[in-house]
Amino acid sequence: MTFDGPDKDAEVVLRLSGVEAGYGRIRALNGIDLEVRRGQIVTLLGANGAGKTTTLKTISGLVRLTAGKVSFEGQDLAQMRASDIARLGVAHVPEGRRILRGLTVRENLELGAFTVRDAALRRSRMQEVFRLFPILDRRQHQDGSLLSGGEQQMLAMGRALMQGPKVLLLDEPSMGLAPKLVLDTMRIIKRLNQEGATILLVEQNARLALRLAHYGYVLEGGTIRMQGPAETLRADTSIVQAYLGD
Amino acid sequence: MTPRDTASDRLRDRIAARFESPALRWGGIGLILVLMAVLPAALGQYATVIMTNALLYVVLALGLNVVVGFAGLLDLGYAAFFAVGAYTIGILTLDFGVNFWLALPVAVLAAAIAGVIIGGPTLRLRSDYLAIVTLGFGEIVRFSARNLAITGKASGLSGIGQPWLFGWHIATPTDFYFVFCALAILAVVVSLRLENSRLGRAWLYVRHDEDVAEAMGINRVAVKLAAYVTGAIFAAIGGAFFAANLGAISPESFSFTQSVLILMAVILGGMGKIPGVILGAFIVILGPELLRNLGELRLMVFAVMLLLIMLFRPSGIWPKRGVRS
Repeated sequence: MTFDGPDKDAEVVLRLSGVEAGYGRIRALNGIDLEVRRGQIVTLLGANGAGKTTTLKTISGLVRLTAGKVSFEGQDLAQMRASDIARLGVAHVPEGRRILRGLTVRENLELGAFTVRDAALRRSRMQEVFRLFPILDRRQHQDGSLLSGGEQQMLAMGRALMQGPKVLLLDEPSMGLAPKLVLDTMRIIKRLNQEGATILLVEQNARLALRLAHYGYVLEGGTIRMQGPAETLRADTSIVQAYLGD
Repeated sequence: MTPRDTASDRLRDRIAARFESPALRWGGIGLILVLMAVLPAALGQYATVIMTNALLYVVLALGLNVVVGFAGLLDLGYAAFFAVGAYTIGILTLDFGVNFWLALPVAVLAAAIAGVIIGGPTLRLRSDYLAIVTLGFGEIVRFSARNLAITGKASGLSGIGQPWLFGWHIATPTDFYFVFCALAILAVVVSLRLENSRLGRAWLYVRHDEDVAEAMGINRVAVKLAAYVTGAIFAAIGGAFFAANLGAISPESFSFTQSVLILMAVILGGMGKIPGVILGAFIVILGPELLRNLGELRLMVFAVMLLLIMLFRPSGIWPKRGVRS
């Protein structure tokens, strides 16, 4: 299955409208509106503390929203438990990868398919992950936390793919990786997308993210400051300098 | 800090490897069963009573291990569930004339309900809150037992009858020893089944990283509550037979020290590892007995021993085998 590029009129799978959320009294999001269409890579850019990670956590239910609406395939996620949201097909690859220490690569992958009761399906998903990331196959019996940063990122993505997700939320996949591994990671994201995955990507490295994505949003202080097709954002040097740093 | 492969680790692995061969494993299990069967005749009544107590602690420690070792929750008031089991049996058989075997499921149910009441709201919070709430719960249960008329206030309940089982009157210390053997074996089998179940894997994941587990579709509150209630049920069954064995119970049997002792058995042996927890239970009961001829010094010597064990083997005497890299 290959995609010839994003269909601009593809169905909106994920929609946030007027989303507000925070931690205790501190408000991190002040009304976020965004859309992700099937087959797209949408990137969320902005400085530290702009609310990128909180946006992802609000979608996946790890942070409760205080106002607004998150709808996924027409269903309202606002009052749902994170575990139920995951079961609907939203897979969150958290910041820092969060590989379980002391468990093997294989066991970490099995966690991803916890909700899949069909053993044959679990096996075929694992084969699929091993096809995408052959290094995980070779290291399947090693402690996942002893892998290199890049391998851990593959494991975190593989674990999310084991869920059989409809949308992947990726939080700073390039964080802490050597430059070459950053490029590898970006290539993997592109490939996942070409094979049909819908992706919402949070990145610090704006230039790279905009090269990969179809559409971008720039966050500042918990609100969307700017949005547009990735090539438009990329072409606007003032945006790059003002919001994305260099 | 600790060397990854000490001599004792190798010894443990060698013993464990022995038991991986099915013939030897069944042989080993058979040998343990034979030793358990001949113990009362071989060692006499005093040793039998001590062993009965140790087996009770095996049941309690394995129950607490579900909470602490499997699900990673710190429970400082575990003796409360032990008390709920014991007092339910005492009250139902003495005041209401209910047969022990009918009172037993009620005791289990009472502990499970108490578990839901305490765990339900607290398990939504972070685990340090659970430690504080369970500590308080343990004290509330003990204070209630000491002040309510139905629980016999400070003097407790006495004259609790010994049950009959299909024409067998469970009466002598040896009878109770065999009952506790059966309970301990049951606790081991149930623990093993739980550990390898789907729920057991959910506990493992939640223990490692509850946010990631939740994001992978595991309802962490439900899963933790299941562990907490399972632990409560183990304790209630232990408490029920404890009450029947002694015939008398008092609030002092269910103090904070009791909770700590059970927790010590779990931590000492190696949290989460079933053979380790069994070993830990034997150490906390048999240790002070073996040191009895030291007189007044024995508890101090025992305390120093425990400190040394924790210093040199911080993850327990028989911890989980790590993943090889």
